[in-house]
Amino acid sequence: MSRTVRTVGDRGVLVDCASMDEVLAVSAGLADDPPVGVVDVVPAARSVLVRIDPTVLPVDRAVDWVRRTPERPTGGVDVDDAVVIDVDYSGEDLSDVARFLACTERDVVDRHTGTHWRVAFVGFAPGFGYLVADDAGLTVPRRVSPRTSVPAGTVGLAGEFTGIYPRSSPGGWQILGHTDTVLWDPAAAEPALLRPGRLVRFRESI
Amino acid sequence: MTALTVRTAGPLSTVQDLGRPGHAAIGVPSSGALDRSALRLGNRLVGNAEGAAGIEVTVGGLSGSFDGDVWIAVTGAWGPVTVGGRAVDINHPVRMVAGEHLEIGMAEAGLRYYLAVAGGIAVPPVLGSRSTDLLSGTGPAVLVDGDTLPIGQAHPESMRPVDISPWGRPDVGVVTVPLFVGPRDDWFTPASVDALFTRTWTLSPASNRVGARLEGTPLERSARAVEWGELPSEGMVAGALQVPPSGLPTVLLADHPTTGGYPVIAVVASASLDRFAQLRPGQEIRFRHGR
Repeated sequence: MSRTVRTVGDRGVLVDCASMDEVLAVSAGLADDPPVGVVDVVPAARSVLVRIDPTVLPVDRAVDWVRRTPERPTGGVDVDDAVVIDVDYSGEDLSDVARFLACTERDVVDRHTGTHWRVAFVGFAPGFGYLVADDAGLTVPRRVSPRTSVPAGTVGLAGEFTGIYPRSSPGGWQILGHTDTVLWDPAAAEPALLRPGRLVRFRESI
Repeated sequence: MTALTVRTAGPLSTVQDLGRPGHAAIGVPSSGALDRSALRLGNRLVGNAEGAAGIEVTVGGLSGSFDGDVWIAVTGAWGPVTVGGRAVDINHPVRMVAGEHLEIGMAEAGLRYYLAVAGGIAVPPVLGSRSTDLLSGTGPAVLVDGDTLPIGQAHPESMRPVDISPWGRPDVGVVTVPLFVGPRDDWFTPASVDALFTRTWTLSPASNRVGARLEGTPLERSARAVEWGELPSEGMVAGALQVPPSGLPTVLLADHPTTGGYPVIAVVASASLDRFAQLRPGQEIRFRHGR
């Protein structure tokens, strides 16, 4: 394996990846059976970070482990395991998105509901998943000026991603609609509905 | 159950333990005490497990009383602390009688005190921790005047005496901190990587629990980095020196976001990270190469 592996001080190892698929495969492999001292495996857009406790696992040993650990491709997950999220597609930016993509608003909704999305990584806020799909045809820029407050449950697009705001926060994503699904519940055994690798399907609520 | 009634909360007092590591993959910051060694010492002094929750008092201004007799210890910053009007030592266990008034004055050296109480602050944990995370809003709210906080059951039989505890104030002069270069030093000119170690930096008053902002001469991105454009968001660690387009680094602290989009030029050696909790705005910092 010719992975580019960088140390992050004495408390992390960063793996550069060429694609989102590689991010998912590398992070799935590393999360399978980590040695004691690995605190977190954090996938992101084009990298995977392994956070360690340097008093338990020295960084050079963590580097050896990261280099040795094989990838685990996640493509074969059964689509029956997909989380279904019902969306009311009446978002403020639906018409702007349709104009940008040179299609109708109906086309935007059909594209969003017509594919399986995968949670590539989680960031920005607890439970905020960045979802990708190979063939969605929904790549749009962020809004020029972010909104100061976006309500919880807002479904949006930015770059190659779709995502849902778990809680009210400022935000610059293009708003497609709204869901009542709870994305983040810190009191639950699994606080985040969306974890890296999970499949998601959006459904238009009537 | 014994309780602490907060008469005054001061500018920023929060409940902190050693945080909630292990949830970065779902976007949850680690949080926890910024000066972990000070919280640990306070807990040892009163016979708690090292990770029990205490109160992180920024600058000072916390006062209040307990409705039962308790052992307490104040660690971290250096300043006037009184119990029932009597001055008490920092880094020393103190017995408080029910109703006696505790007052933590303005820090004269260092910036963050830790109030440890035998039994620990027993607010309900969220994701395994009682820490207030100011970035994501996870955990208990920032303390306000009049709050009442439950104190857990003390276990005096488990008390492990501390033979020696440090005595003296945190550094107020220039602080030297070891750094490891990378992982994204190739985003900066070699001259800027050198400058990180040869210049003197100053702590900005805009610093907080998310990050310690440094003032100085801006670091410059390499020609390659200008071509690369934006760094895709990547996972972050506490101690990372993230460099936004302004060229002035921010040292990420406990409440930092789990991912970030600015390149990290270097990372503070873990053993020295606590020092950033005690730096005061305007204090000078120099970096040396870590080993």
